Amino acid sequence: MALLEVRNLHVEFPLGRKTLQAIHGLSFALDKGERLGIVGESGAGKSVAAFSILKLIAKPGRIAAGEVIFDGRDLAKISDEEMRQIRGNRISMIFQDPMMTLNPVLTVGTQMVECLKAHRDISDAEAKRLAIAKLREVKIPSAEERFENYPHQLSGGMRQRVVIAIALLTDPAVIIADEPTTALDVTIQAEIMGLMLDLCRDHAVALMLITHDLAVVSQVTQKICVLYAGRLAEQGPTRSIITQPKHPYTQGLIKALPQQNEPGARLFQIPGTMPTLDDVPAGCAFHPRCAFADELCRREVPEPRPIGDHRVACHHAEKVASA
Amino acid sequence: MEYLQFAVKRLVQATIVMFVISLIGFSIQDKLGDPLRELVGQSVSEEVRDELREQMGLNDSFPVQYARFITKAVRLDLGNSYFFKKPALEVIADKFQATMELVIGATLIIVVFSVPVGVFCAINPKSWISRVIMTLSIVGISVPVFLTAIFLIYIFSVELGWMPSFGRGDTISLGGWSTGFLTWDGLHHLVLPSLSLASIMLPLFIRLIRAEMMEVLETDYIRFAWAKGLVRRRVWFLHALKNTLLPVITVGGVQIGTMIAYTILTETVFQWPGMGFVFLEAINRVDTPLIIAYIIVVGLIFVVTNTVVDLIYSLVNPTVRLVGQKP
Repeated sequence: MALLEVRNLHVEFPLGRKTLQAIHGLSFALDKGERLGIVGESGAGKSVAAFSILKLIAKPGRIAAGEVIFDGRDLAKISDEEMRQIRGNRISMIFQDPMMTLNPVLTVGTQMVECLKAHRDISDAEAKRLAIAKLREVKIPSAEERFENYPHQLSGGMRQRVVIAIALLTDPAVIIADEPTTALDVTIQAEIMGLMLDLCRDHAVALMLITHDLAVVSQVTQKICVLYAGRLAEQGPTRSIITQPKHPYTQGLIKALPQQNEPGARLFQIPGTMPTLDDVPAGCAFHPRCAFADELCRREVPEPRPIGDHRVACHHAEKVASA
Repeated sequence: MEYLQFAVKRLVQATIVMFVISLIGFSIQDKLGDPLRELVGQSVSEEVRDELREQMGLNDSFPVQYARFITKAVRLDLGNSYFFKKPALEVIADKFQATMELVIGATLIIVVFSVPVGVFCAINPKSWISRVIMTLSIVGISVPVFLTAIFLIYIFSVELGWMPSFGRGDTISLGGWSTGFLTWDGLHHLVLPSLSLASIMLPLFIRLIRAEMMEVLETDYIRFAWAKGLVRRRVWFLHALKNTLLPVITVGGVQIGTMIAYTILTETVFQWPGMGFVFLEAINRVDTPLIIAYIIVVGLIFVVTNTVVDLIYSLVNPTVRLVGQKP
């Protein structure tokens, strides 16, 4: 059985009379120690999916339907206190912008020790020892000193290391990383990504990596879910998604990668933009931007169906794959 | 070391501000009517008046008069009150205790109520209790202090007869400071004046704390605190409240200074024997030294509270103090 399984998840935001559908029937599974990439443009619902697993969706968002099975329990149905005991303990999160993730008025040490004490019956001294050991593990120099520092005394890359140390502190089963390197310098991005990959491997932690960067995902993950406008577009093993995409949106994303283009040539881009949630077109949400679209696409929403080892939500997947 | 530098810099700034206040205070002196008229009776002849003017130095040029004023002021001599015939500073010092106790009473009410109520309203913005509190706070801010005071007297003194309507009641002298905090009667007399003095600041602070806290609760670091699985109490009262209180402390310091100005109204309605009450009398009597002394003392209180607030703020907020220090 999978460690974490999301089944037919629906997330909605009631806003006045209208209700916006942020996630529409998303399903995926994550095994122990497995690494999954969630890919899509801004607004595809990647972060909402991540936050809804921990039931931390911004108000007034709510899980309208579906199940989030973790360790045999449906997280959508357990009590607040049971959920709290899972957050930061069994499932940790890493946020996008390390400059904003740490509380500016509390020391690094305070913010690490409190996380341990929230989940374990542990003395201050023991918690401090564990915290400093973790700081060393994420390769922070002079860890004892950093432990006493305030966040503003650390650089962005250093802060993200602290956040990673906090996420690993309780030996979680799953880490959800929401664009963990987007806010960092390019040189530091590779460092941090490599560090995360190593740590997840060493500790057999499952990683759910949310990003818009296909290049990163292809290097780090074993499985990919591509989201478009709150729905699954395509999912499958990383290698085969990258080499044999069967959804026109996935194809477009891969074609848009700089390394897929001639040096000096104009980069490929998918025409148009992702629809906003209050203006999703009828039928397949991607049809206005799709070269394969026909009458069927404008009328009917394609359900994800298995094609080879992928699941693809496209009426014309066979035609697309051979194109 | 950085902190010492910062403290010295703030103290120099404070001194400059005090200097400007003294200049403004002094320059209104001869705009308030003829002090001689109050000082001597109708029967004194014009020659004698001129002579008195010369003696008091009222005919000297402005810079000369101001220089004399400053030299005396640094020796804590702000001149004699024409009416009381004793040093103006002494008159104010006598009344200062009563005013401070009123301000302390009001501050206690504000601190004790604004934080829990403001936090409650931020955490439960949609509950009907928050809505009622928010509506009432608008009323509180809008109604002038003297009106609130009169209402309070009408309800609690006249109709219900629970509270005294004027004066300080019994006081105990504690090393030269006469306090009403230590007698039952004194405390009893303090309730209504403190309430009416707090009536504008309390709703202001509730709204300020609520607005700041709601903003803080939306930040990433609070979301991260939730994602770490911390208990609600810790997220609200440590992670969120500490960040909420930083701007509140700054505003709070200024407002406590402002409250001393509001005491004029409260003291008048409740016949509270404080500085504000004396100040109003001094204006009626064109008692210029007393007026200037009051302005300077209130200015000093403003400057001191602001400086202290800045120093405290930089202790609470690590980023302010350590500016310039390498990470």
